[in-house]
Amino acid sequence: MLLLECPWCGGRNASEFAYAGEPMPRPDPESAGPAEWRGYLYLRANRCGWTRERWYHRAGCRRFFEIERNTQTHELRPVGGGAGGPDE
Amino acid sequence: MGSSRSRFSAYSLVRQGVSGRPWPRMWRRHELESSYDAVVVGGGLHGLATAYYLAAEQGWSRIAVLERSYLGGGGSGRNTAIIRSNYLTPDGVRFYDHSLRLYADLSAALNFNVMFSQRGHLTLAHTDASLRTMRWRAEVNKIEGVDSEVIGPDRVKELAPSLDTSDRVRYPILGALYHPPGGIVRHDAAVWGYARAADAHGVHLHQETEVVGIETSGGRVTGVRTNRGLISTPVVANCTAGWATTIADMVDLPMPIQTFPLQAAVTEPVRPFLHTVVVSGSLHVYVSQTDRGELVFGASVDPFASYSTRGSLEFVEGLATHVLELMPSLDRLRLLRQWAGLCDMTPDFAPIIGRTPVEGFFVDVGWGTYGFKAGPAAGQALAECIAGRKVPALIEAFALERFETGKLVGEKGAAAVGH
Repeated sequence: MLLLECPWCGGRNASEFAYAGEPMPRPDPESAGPAEWRGYLYLRANRCGWTRERWYHRAGCRRFFEIERNTQTHELRPVGGGAGGPDE
Repeated sequence: MGSSRSRFSAYSLVRQGVSGRPWPRMWRRHELESSYDAVVVGGGLHGLATAYYLAAEQGWSRIAVLERSYLGGGGSGRNTAIIRSNYLTPDGVRFYDHSLRLYADLSAALNFNVMFSQRGHLTLAHTDASLRTMRWRAEVNKIEGVDSEVIGPDRVKELAPSLDTSDRVRYPILGALYHPPGGIVRHDAAVWGYARAADAHGVHLHQETEVVGIETSGGRVTGVRTNRGLISTPVVANCTAGWATTIADMVDLPMPIQTFPLQAAVTEPVRPFLHTVVVSGSLHVYVSQTDRGELVFGASVDPFASYSTRGSLEFVEGLATHVLELMPSLDRLRLLRQWAGLCDMTPDFAPIIGRTPVEGFFVDVGWGTYGFKAGPAAGQALAECIAGRKVPALIEAFALERFETGKLVGEKGAAAVGH
């Protein structure tokens, strides 16, 4: 079981969270073409190793946050080495 | 078959048993050559089938299969060995039906017993919504000539008496999609059969050979860098399932794939009592009994992307809860082991197979949780695609371009369990 560090609630079981995947910046609907939408909707880095990803604390504070996780070893660390907390 | 290989038969079994000589090796070891006409990356079911059909049906020689670890050590040796063709889209049904037919003749074609067992496949419905999807699937299946029908709880009880079909459970069984041609195949045997037959056709199988880079020039493939040296080749086929993105990255080809582990488990062997494959989408479990008597369980993919093949306790807890709701009589049975395999999930649950914008770089990936049942047809179609100028009709719908054109092949409704 993963112990995920929610910036607002502290460490909780991964089963409290929903995995929201790689952070994808939403294209600007005014200017984005089909290729950009395709990238946003479908293409994923799917990296083997350290990745940055979003989680949703479904059974807790119900807020999204980002964390870095190693997809091979399941090690966890805060984004950029510093905790992104409620002040961000 | 090449003359150097012995043929398996009742006669050879007796002769070998009486003589006491060791059986000949199933495939040979080769030096890595500096060039091949085609290099298949990934020595699993799909890679070996591709190499076999490229040699046996397309007449190619000088083919290499590169496997980082040992043959069949990835998804091919970790799946739950179920075959079926009761899919949701006509493209999917046609494809998997063809694959099922190839499996039916595979033992004879490869001269290797793959233990093909067409024992019937039940997908249980516990809600009106899933019953509705099953009716839809049954109609699509029938139009494509695939035996598939919706049956009621009484018939379910006849086919699998160990199931609790009463209404005193949390999710009563309302009916099922019954698919008589479905069943199981011994997954390792399929891998070994293809490897042995490919070897007999002159394919070089290189184990412990890791691809570390792919050379391109002017938008086309020119070679493959491995831990054992450089190979020049005009054709590279990516058949690496869960690792597909890491290989596609070597030619800078972005892929619509995410890798999720899928866990499975097996019990101690018991006498045969379960004669069909039973699947419950709502309870996230599928189960079949092997010829040795063990019950093999699979489930949905893990809740987050990962390349780790470690099992987890919450999987076993959830699995046991759900299995006991379906079959309360199994409460004394012990689990022997659990494991995980990597699934290359696509946005529409359909595979990506065929050409890519990089000339000479072919993909046979994105099979997600459907890879084992697809192996023979995927290998045959990819071999045809590599050898010919035209993409075979069987796989036209599964091209990588569909994510650009928007012509997705929504196959999620045919998933055995909710993902």
